[in-house]
Amino acid sequence: MKNFGFSLSKDRQIDFDKSDKRIMDFVKIEEPTFNICIACGTCTATCSAGNFTEMNLRKMITLIKRGEITGVRAELSKCMLCGKCSLACPRGVNTRNVIFKINQALEKYSL
Amino acid sequence: MKYDPFVIPFCLGAIILAFVLIYKYFSWIFALNKTDKHKILKGIFSVRIFKAIKEVFLESLLHRKVFRVNPMLGYMHMSLAFGWLLLILGGTIESKVHSLKMFNTPYEPIFFKFFNHDISMFSGAEEFKFVMDLLLLFVLSGVSLAFIKRFYSKLFGMKKTTKLKIGDWMALTALWFIFPLRFFAESFTSGIYHNGGFLTGTAGNFFASFLPLENLTYIAWWAYSIALGAFFIALPFSRYMHIFTEVVLIFLRNFGIKSTKEYNSFSEFEIHSCSRCGICLDKCQLLTAARIKDTQAVYFLQSIRYNNLKEGKAFDCMLCGKCQEFCPVAIDLNNIRISKRMEFASGNNNFDYLIPKIEKTAPIIYFAGCMTHLTPTIKIAMESIFKESKTDYLFLDKDGGICCGRPLMLAGEILNAQKLIEKNVKLIKELGAKTLVTSCPICLKVFKEDYELDIEIVHHTQFILKLAEAGKIKLNKSDLNVVYHDPCELGRGSGIYDEPRTLINKVGNLKSISQEKELSLCCGSSLAGIQLNSVQKELVRIDTLKALEKNNPDCILTACPLCKKTLAKDSSIDVKDISELVWNGITESKIVELTQNSN
Repeated sequence: MKNFGFSLSKDRQIDFDKSDKRIMDFVKIEEPTFNICIACGTCTATCSAGNFTEMNLRKMITLIKRGEITGVRAELSKCMLCGKCSLACPRGVNTRNVIFKINQALEKYSL
Repeated sequence: MKYDPFVIPFCLGAIILAFVLIYKYFSWIFALNKTDKHKILKGIFSVRIFKAIKEVFLESLLHRKVFRVNPMLGYMHMSLAFGWLLLILGGTIESKVHSLKMFNTPYEPIFFKFFNHDISMFSGAEEFKFVMDLLLLFVLSGVSLAFIKRFYSKLFGMKKTTKLKIGDWMALTALWFIFPLRFFAESFTSGIYHNGGFLTGTAGNFFASFLPLENLTYIAWWAYSIALGAFFIALPFSRYMHIFTEVVLIFLRNFGIKSTKEYNSFSEFEIHSCSRCGICLDKCQLLTAARIKDTQAVYFLQSIRYNNLKEGKAFDCMLCGKCQEFCPVAIDLNNIRISKRMEFASGNNNFDYLIPKIEKTAPIIYFAGCMTHLTPTIKIAMESIFKESKTDYLFLDKDGGICCGRPLMLAGEILNAQKLIEKNVKLIKELGAKTLVTSCPICLKVFKEDYELDIEIVHHTQFILKLAEAGKIKLNKSDLNVVYHDPCELGRGSGIYDEPRTLINKVGNLKSISQEKELSLCCGSSLAGIQLNSVQKELVRIDTLKALEKNNPDCILTACPLCKKTLAKDSSIDVKDISELVWNGITESKIVELTQNSN
């Protein structure tokens, strides 16, 4: 194919048969501020772990909401729970408890 | 042998109580780990036992710490505890002197006047009568105060009192009845046989004038015995378990056993030592400001004891430590809370990605801490002060560092915290520095308590003060009126109250506020309050700011980046870290110097 200097994004759809919303449903009830996240990414910008590695809370929350939860455990296990994200969040999402609750959900459903 | 069927309730109660207590205490001691057991064995045969006895006398009997909270409350507790013990001792001596026997039936001292109508003895009968009546009066005064306290607690300096469980009510009712019934039983007997002292004798004569005492006396003794028996049986299942458990706890503590962040059988001793006095209630900002009514230390311990602890109760506390500071039994409430959080925490983190690169080293390491990176002005001030004082230092987490581990620990994830601690310890040891300076009291506490580093660990306020005292920096006193907010982890957590204040006095005019030092309030954003919502945090924050802004100072100073960031959200007054004010002073004096030179 001729190189035009840009590429097309691959077609990407949420496959509802594969979507697993168990984590989302659990966290939504246990920590309601999970619902008010606008995915602005401030948490990720300030992340202490993010200084050393790929660690993206924004992406994780988005993926959990989509039900694409493979890899959440590995990604979340990098969190040091330092709490900078919860102070920086402009929406007042209690990110520390969100992470705590995602961990509980992972444990609960043995994901 | 002197015997009457009415002693049965008392004896039965006493026997059941003794069995339950012995069973519980031995099973808890048996469950302690080896080192702790060894400490007990060593402690019993050492001088520590005398220290323990002294402490038992001062705290369990005289209730010194309760006196400090409120004299009325102290007197109430003392008259009941110390008065009752003296009554038992006095009765025992009286009965033995009377019968001239070394051993008599164990209930005889309790029901002495029933069994001995003629209490004349070779000497001292009148004195005994007087003393025993005086002691009874002493205890009765305590009982009446306890009764008044149920309805008018403000008299005792308490705005709120503990809500009681049914077992507590049963024991409490029995306890309220014991001494009035003893008074009636002895008075009625004295009304017939004239063997009472100034109190029971007079009352006896009075009752004899209009009551059929022949019928009532026996009933009164039965009632007295039943009240005693009922109290003894209810005791191990109620808050009155603290009476005996606190004594054992004091001995164990003096033998060197300490509470840990893991729940063990020593924690059982601690939670059963809680008398639910409710002193922690008024101290808790979650109650006074955020209106959370069920998480205070007394209810938290209660729910552990009755196995109905809910997750929220473990996780909404800010661990500010104020309840612990004023707990008359000095229970390590923060440790117990963390140990219970462990039961809800999950997650096995992987921190392999943390490979810090350090090229150089220096005698002094500066660890700003995660939170300081959110308040860059503190970082800049500290770096400037280091440079100004020509200190050879290394900014360890300049480009982001490994978290100290305390936030994970506060969330009950001790094992994950341990992983971070190991990494940091290795790093700091490799650097071979002499001093570790940190700007964050949260880091400071964990460095001091859990890192086992054999180097000097100081907070930046302590470090700056030292620099100033050594003449390495010149402080410039401004005419600002400032108030100081004690961060929980620095003040109550690490016991550092004076150095920040000395430093502030060198750079401004420190005005005292009503709630400072041990009484200081929490900013509300504590990393421990994981499940507090933003409204509750705000209520605490506003409550704290109200106290700080009361006298309209020019500036609110603090020594914690987290407190600074939190308080600044709602404060109408400038909120600064002490280091910033210090650096401002230095730059101002430099400007003055420069202008004078140019003139």
